[in-house]
This record gives sequence, structure tokens and C-alpha cells, in this order.
Amino acid sequence: MTSPQKAEHILSVENLDKSFGAVKILKDINVAIEPGDFLVLVGPSGCGKSTLLNCIAGLEKSTGGEIKIGGRSMNGVSPKDRDIAMVFQSYALYPTMTVGKNITFGMKVRGVPEAEQQRKLNEVAKLLQIDHLLDRKPSQLSGGQRQRVAMGRALVRDPQLFLFDEPLSNLDAKLRVEMRTEIKRLHQTLGASIVYVTHDQIEAMTLATKIVVMKDGIIQQAGTPNEIYNQPANMFVADFMGSPSMNLIPAQLEAVDEKTKISINRTDMAGIELMMDRKIEGLAGGSKSVILGLRPENISDASGQNAKDGQVAECRVDVVEPAGSDTFVVTNLGGKQVTARMNADVQIMAGDMANFAFDLSKASIFEPESGARIA
Amino acid sequence: MTDLHMNDTHMDDRANRNRLMKRIALRFGLYTLLILFALYYLMPLFVMVVTSLKSLDEIRTGSLLSLPREIDFSSWGKAWSSACTGIQCEGLRPYFWNSVLLSIPAVAISTLLGAINGYVLAQWRFKGSNILFALMLFGCFIPFQVVLLPMALTLGALKIAGSIPGLMLVHIVYGIGFTTLFFRNFYVTIPTELVKAAKVDGAGFFRIFFAIFLPVSPPIIVVTIIWQFTQIWNDFLFGVSFSQAGTQPITVALNNIVNATTGVKEYNVDMAAAIIAALPTLLVYVVAGKYFIRGLTAGSVKG
Ligand SMILES: Nc1ncnc2c1ncn2[C@@H]1O[C@H](COP(=O)(O)OP(=O)(O)OP(=O)(O)O)[C@@H](O)[C@H]1O
Ligand SMILES: [Mg+2]
Repeated sequence: MTSPQKAEHILSVENLDKSFGAVKILKDINVAIEPGDFLVLVGPSGCGKSTLLNCIAGLEKSTGGEIKIGGRSMNGVSPKDRDIAMVFQSYALYPTMTVGKNITFGMKVRGVPEAEQQRKLNEVAKLLQIDHLLDRKPSQLSGGQRQRVAMGRALVRDPQLFLFDEPLSNLDAKLRVEMRTEIKRLHQTLGASIVYVTHDQIEAMTLATKIVVMKDGIIQQAGTPNEIYNQPANMFVADFMGSPSMNLIPAQLEAVDEKTKISINRTDMAGIELMMDRKIEGLAGGSKSVILGLRPENISDASGQNAKDGQVAECRVDVVEPAGSDTFVVTNLGGKQVTARMNADVQIMAGDMANFAFDLSKASIFEPESGARIA
Repeated sequence: MTDLHMNDTHMDDRANRNRLMKRIALRFGLYTLLILFALYYLMPLFVMVVTSLKSLDEIRTGSLLSLPREIDFSSWGKAWSSACTGIQCEGLRPYFWNSVLLSIPAVAISTLLGAINGYVLAQWRFKGSNILFALMLFGCFIPFQVVLLPMALTLGALKIAGSIPGLMLVHIVYGIGFTTLFFRNFYVTIPTELVKAAKVDGAGFFRIFFAIFLPVSPPIIVVTIIWQFTQIWNDFLFGVSFSQAGTQPITVALNNIVNATTGVKEYNVDMAAAIIAALPTLLVYVVAGKYFIRGLTAGSVKG
């Protein structure tokens, strides 16, 4: 089990299980990251993201498996000796201490000399632009400022591994975008290794070097943002990541020479047929019912980029939603609402018949029953 | 059109005036009632103060409610230093100090223990912690009488029967249920992430308590101190059961002064003694009362 490259892993979680009483919360979790990685854990509320983070921090005892930080087994190691720093969802600032005291508390507990504490405090305060707030109490700060103080408390530790539990979820939309950029910048300047929990998939896509998607305590997929976005391992991941989410359309596949014919039924008019330039395994003779996954940006208006390879079909426009930079157009295919992302200046009205162009090079094909990816 | 409109505003005016009158009447009734209640509750205090300032002659001849003809403080002096509590005639003074010596450490210790218990029960959940808390709550509702005998045996076994430390122990044990309840309910409103953050920072059990939890506790500390002080200072049953001649608290001494059978009944001295015995609790309420109200509601408004 000790392959030579394991030593480089700053964090490795192996076969981790966690139950609260009889309820299994985490099931056989395997995750590893290298130094400098930004790992984002995403998943719906209650899927066990915080629990996993708490297990890594040593704040919850796991019921099985192993956690290693810097190659060292963390069995029986208390949180303070794990060389980690954590930012909590509620920030958990000490309410009666000033900002400065909040940031230096950990160093004080560890017996770091006063002068060193001050030096680090000033350094971090400047980095996070909170030097003018050091004498305030947490109650006198805005949400964004509190978030920065919580960050500062983690940064002064200069640990091997940072753990962030939804640090931006309490902020308003604009501030969240600002802080997101700031965290990205911090990661790039410090080269820190980070495990970051969120259920905002845009945050996940923009920050991560690696994403782990969880559901009900089980890892659905782990991979780069690109892999997760373009090759989702199953329908759950496909649906969860991306906004608006991937269109999942019931369809029939049929092999035609080296290509694949896709037929999609429509309830109120004749079905449509599209040709995909790929061969799908396991279609020997006959046709097969599948779910076709297409991102909104892979369906556009006929004047758009996708139109070239001729995969165009006429569809009825149900809803038109202008979104500034794009216009989202909804039609009905295979009994499902299907969203297309069209040019902002497209001239289309609800009720019209219009040409929709399909780019099938990035299409995903899923097994309808299990939801697993076929191709 | 305009006519109708005019009419409308007139109607509005009248309705408004009606409503105003009704509100004033309601206010008036309410205040009258409140003043009557206040008078009713103040009456005994008034009678006590007035009586304590009268001479015995005047008490015998005058009415209960009349003001003293001349103010006479001698009964206060007597109650404090020379009234008889049986064979001794030293007034309330020694017993007052007994009560002080008893209450202050008992209040301090039971409050501190309650704070630590509450901190554990709210923030360091362990297997069975809820059952333990339920049992402690149950302890609050055990009537005094039930614990008298076991307590007497325990004090005897510890060889502190009849001493002030013995009585102190009784009050501490009996008070822990209440103080734990207060602190536990206060600390459950504090997010558990605070403890987690402090653990990651390297702080241990007591460090987290003293550096983070105790500093946010003044409102609930005040509530607990008022509650415990009132309980312990005013207690009679434990005092009379677990003390002996030299160690009695002030409530027992007061009873003895009032019930001393020799000679004439000195109502003015009795009244002065009763007021002296009640003064410290009154003082605590006056000084800390506003924190009491604030502390009781603290958990409900802070998120
Ligand atoms: N101390 C506990 N005792 C029992 N069950 C718990 C405990 N803590 C968490 N759980 C349960 O474990 C599951 C996972 O919780 P967790 O907090 O890890 O979810 P999460 O993915 O972080 O969700 P969110 O996005 O809402 O923060 C939930 O169903 C929760 O009810
Ligand atoms: Mg969570």
C-alpha cells in the first residue's frame, strides 16, 4: 500500500468511514492532493462535506480508514498538532477579543515570543488589508471584514494545509465575487495547499485545481474542473455542476458506420435526428435508450459557431430569458425542458419556430437506469 | 363629489377622536390598577418601616398605619446589637456575619461549578450528557425536606455537622442544579465552531473556558449570583436544620428574636430586625436588577 509517490501527497485520505451512531455519514472516502493543490469539495447540503473536513482537522473521530498529512498518519493526533489551519463557516471569531488578539491567540497559546507574534500579525494584516481594524471587536466588523479576520487567523499559522469550510457563504453576491478573487490571489502568491468546501459550483470551478463532488457521503467524481465539467461521471455530477445545468434529454442511439445516430422524440411534433461523429461502444445492431447530456452552450442559434457541421433542427421556442451577455432559450425535447444559450441579440419570440444548432462533440451519454456515463 | 369627500374627512375625524378617547380611558384604567397593586405590595414594607421607628408606647396606642410622632432609631440599635435570641442578647450582628461568611463563598463556588458544568454540557457533548443534564434538572425540583436526612448523615460522616462550612456544602450541592441549568442554557446559544476554532488554535479545555467562554458570561453570571444569593441568604430550613448555637444564619436568629418569650413583645425591634435581615437581598436587586432582566432575555435575542 505504500507506493513511492505517496510521500509527496500533502494530504491523503484512504477508505475513510464516519458514522454518527448508526447513521453512516461518510462511506469509503479516498482523496489525495499534492502540495499547492486547491481541492474543492462540493455537494448538496448535508452530504458530509463539513464532516469530512472535521475528520481531516481531527475535530471528529473517523470510524474507519486513515488520514495522512505530510505523509504522517494522523491517528490519535490532536487538531493542534496536525499542522493545519481552518476557517469556519460562521467564522467563529472569539467575541470578546479584539481582531489583533483573535489573530494572535493561537500563537499565544503555542508560546510564540511576543515580538514574533507582532511581526506576523502586521504581515498578515497588511496582506489582508485589515491593519486599521486590529483594535476592533468582531461585533464591530462587516461580514467581509470578519471573513478576512478569520482568514488572517489561519494565515499566521503558516500551516502545511488550509481547511476552509464555506468561508464565503455568509456574504452577499458582490462581496463573494471579490473575496473569491482574493482567495485565488492568495493561493497563487502563497502556493498553499488548500481543501475548500462549498456548495456553490461557480466557486468550485473558478478556484479549484481539483474538484471532488460528493453526494450522500459518497464521492461521485474526482478530477480537474475541466474533467468534471466536460466529462461528468454520472448524471448527478452533470446536473450539479454548471449553471444553468446540463440538459439531460432521453434519446435513442443507433450505430451508423463509424458514426452514431441520435433520435429524440417530441411530444407535440415529429422527433429530431442528429448525427454524432463518434462511435459508441456496445451498440451492436439495434438501438439503445440513453440520456443525452448537452450543456446549454452546446446548443445555439443557427448563425452561431455550432451551425457549421450541419446539426440543425427546427424547434418551438417556449421561453426566452435574456441574461445580458447571452439569451437563454428554452424548448422541449424528449419531454424535457431544454435550455440553449444563444447570442444576446438573437431575434426570437416565445411561440416561434427557430433553428437550433447542436454541437455534439462535447455531448455526454448516460445509462438511463444507473445514471452512469457511457461515453 | 367634493361634498362626499368633505363628509368622509369629518367621519374620519370623529372616528379618530373616539379612538383617542378610548385609548386614554384604557391607559387611565391600567395605571390605576398598577398603582393599586403597587400600594398593596408596598403596604407591608411601609408598616414595617413605620413601626420600627415608633416607640413601644406609641405602637400600643396609635394605629398601624399612622406615621411616628417622633422618629426613634433605638429599636434598630437594639435589633443589631442587643436583642435577645434566647439566652444570649447580642442582637443580629454575629448572625449577620455568619450569613455573610456563608453566602459569599457558597454563591461563588456554586456559580463557578455551574459555569463549568454548563460549559461541558453545552459544548463538550459526551455519551450520556443529555441524561446527566436531565438528572441535574430533576435535582432542581427535589423538595428541601427530602434531602434533610441524607444530608444530615453526610455532614456527620464528613465531621462538619453544625458548622458554617457544612451548611455551605449543603447550599452548594443544592444550588448546582440551578446554576448548571442557567449556564448550560446560556452556552448552548454559542456556536460549537468556537470551541473547534480554539482547539485548532491549540487551546485546551480550561484555556477555552477561561479565555473565551467566561468573558462572554457576565449577564448569566449576574443572574446566577442574584438567584443563588437570594436563595442562600433567605434560606431558613437548611439553616435551622444544620446549624447550632454559634453558627446560625440570620434568618434563624431573626426567628429566635421574634419568638423570644421573655418580657413584652417589642414589635419595633422585631420589625427593625426583619428589615436588617432583608436588606442585603434588596441591595443586590437594586444594584444588579437591570442585569437580571437583561440576562434572562439574553439568550433569546442573541443569534
Ligand atoms: N454531531 C452529529 N451527530 C449526528 N449527525 C450529524 C452530526 N453532525 C452532522 N451530522 C449529520 O451528518 C450529515 C452531514 O453533515 P455535514 O455538516 O457534514 O453536511 P455538509 O455537507 O457540510 O452540509 P452543508 O452544506 O449544509 O454545510 C448531515 O445529515 C447531518 O445531519
Ligand atoms: Mg457544512
